[in-house]
Amino acid sequence: MAAELRTRTRRVWAISIAAAAAAAIVCPFLGGSGMDYARLWRQEAPDWNIFVHLRVPRMLLALLTGAALSSAGALFQALLRDALATPSSLGVSAAAALGAVSAIAFAPGDSTAFPIVWAAALAGAGAVVALVMGLGQMRRFSAFTLLLTGIAVNGICSALVLLLHSLAGITRSFQITHWLIGGVDAVEYPVLGALALALAPLFLWMLRKTRMLNVISYGETWAAGRGVDFRRITWQGFAAGAVLVGTTTAVTGPIAFVGLLVPHLLRRIVGPDYRVLMPASLFGGGAFLVICDTISRSAFAPLEVPVGVTTALLGGPFFVWLLWSR
Amino acid sequence: MSLLAIDNLQFAYPGREPVLTGVSATAERAEVIAIAGPNGAGKSTLLDLLAGQKTPAGGACRVQGQDVRSMTRAALCRLVAHVPQGIPADVPFTVEEVVLTGRAPHGAGLFESDEDYRAMEQALRQARLQDFRGRRFSALSGGEKQRVLVAAALCQEAPVLLLDEPGAHLDPENEAALWELFHSLREAGRLVIVVTHHLALAAQNADRVWLLHQGRLAADGPPREAMRPEQLRTIFHVPFHWHESGEGRVFLSYGR
Repeated sequence: MAAELRTRTRRVWAISIAAAAAAAIVCPFLGGSGMDYARLWRQEAPDWNIFVHLRVPRMLLALLTGAALSSAGALFQALLRDALATPSSLGVSAAAALGAVSAIAFAPGDSTAFPIVWAAALAGAGAVVALVMGLGQMRRFSAFTLLLTGIAVNGICSALVLLLHSLAGITRSFQITHWLIGGVDAVEYPVLGALALALAPLFLWMLRKTRMLNVISYGETWAAGRGVDFRRITWQGFAAGAVLVGTTTAVTGPIAFVGLLVPHLLRRIVGPDYRVLMPASLFGGGAFLVICDTISRSAFAPLEVPVGVTTALLGGPFFVWLLWSR
Repeated sequence: MSLLAIDNLQFAYPGREPVLTGVSATAERAEVIAIAGPNGAGKSTLLDLLAGQKTPAGGACRVQGQDVRSMTRAALCRLVAHVPQGIPADVPFTVEEVVLTGRAPHGAGLFESDEDYRAMEQALRQARLQDFRGRRFSALSGGEKQRVLVAAALCQEAPVLLLDEPGAHLDPENEAALWELFHSLREAGRLVIVVTHHLALAAQNADRVWLLHQGRLAADGPPREAMRPEQLRTIFHVPFHWHESGEGRVFLSYGR
């Protein structure tokens, strides 16, 4: 069994990495606006510039964001022992959005600059995670109660976002609208570098804790009786999830359903063991969002559909099916 | 130094009557101790405190001389294996995977070691679960699940085993087998502490009984001494009787 698990884990790692690499290599070449591959090969404008400065950074952003949202979904599902727990259903994404919109609406100067929106989104996500954890400390809440709390948080945050939208000036209001649509626009390489540096340690932390996440799936009492410091790992996990969601949301705006759809689809394929499921969700989530972004660029070319629309159109029906098949 | 020492232990939920008040006792290697008492007497709470699952309001629990609150969870779980009354029934893992959770305190690696698998095989054998190894935990009956949880605690290879009503869902054959297992663990030098409502089985099989009543240790001793009919009647409000068979075996019965 030991050798079998190791072999299976290695196989899933290899397939997941291959899927993410294939999506990353192929998708930048695809898209609605036709590309002259000969010019691209000769590194001539404008195709070379479009490829290097628009499509590749966009693919990298989708890869990182998909990996972050999907793995955060798998993480929350393990910590709350509920299959429906995701950054969106818990209200973390909405709170990150509220933080980001507050910064865009009111921060002085160039408020849409990455660090300011980033810090505000992190603060929003962190506040909701602290609220969820605080409620859990005061009383033992069921996962169902937490999910209902998430619905309430989503409603409150959405209302406040609308309020800020109304109060903001015309320019800021347009920026908010653009940001709220959610998408993986091309960003500069230094921003991608900062994003990768922020996310990589969290990815590593999650992958190292997967055996412990398995034990946490059995509930607090059982996990504590097997030597797991449940409260510590839960705090660390929620903090990691908040940073993953806050960081990526700051750059892309809200993108729904990745954290729900990808881990669930993969759980049905690779099983519930987080040593296998977490790497599959990480790389699979990256590949999924890169593909969704390519569909968004291609489906109605030359128009572009925000990637959040594509993920919602795929994830919404899946969510309904999930509820009915539970 | 006793393997397990409970010193003036107190516990209360905030704003409520104390659950345990001034419980003191010791336990040694190679003992099977049954904790008995009416509902709400504090039996499960005592077990939770011994396992470090709850924080006492006063007093202390010590294992091998160390206060359980001063130990890391992994260090404590290498000494104490605790089986609570149940875990979520929809856990999506196989019997082998559930049993292997018992090895979590023994290593922080991503994968279980060969030693972990050896302990799992032994635990499956002891709990008579070899034929169940690949089955999904969620598909088992209540009694089978209970045996799997006991196997996970065995896999932990801790000198102290704390079990909260492990026979609750077992048929007579499996419950008798469970007590035989406890006896074999005692022969191997382990301390087994079992919360049970089956007073007759406790009277027959335990070396000692801790009788809890209204948060206090009302009696601590061999079954015949700790479970005196007049005291049991005061606590449970039904008459109890000790009987002796022709072969010299003693039995406890109760009922009007």
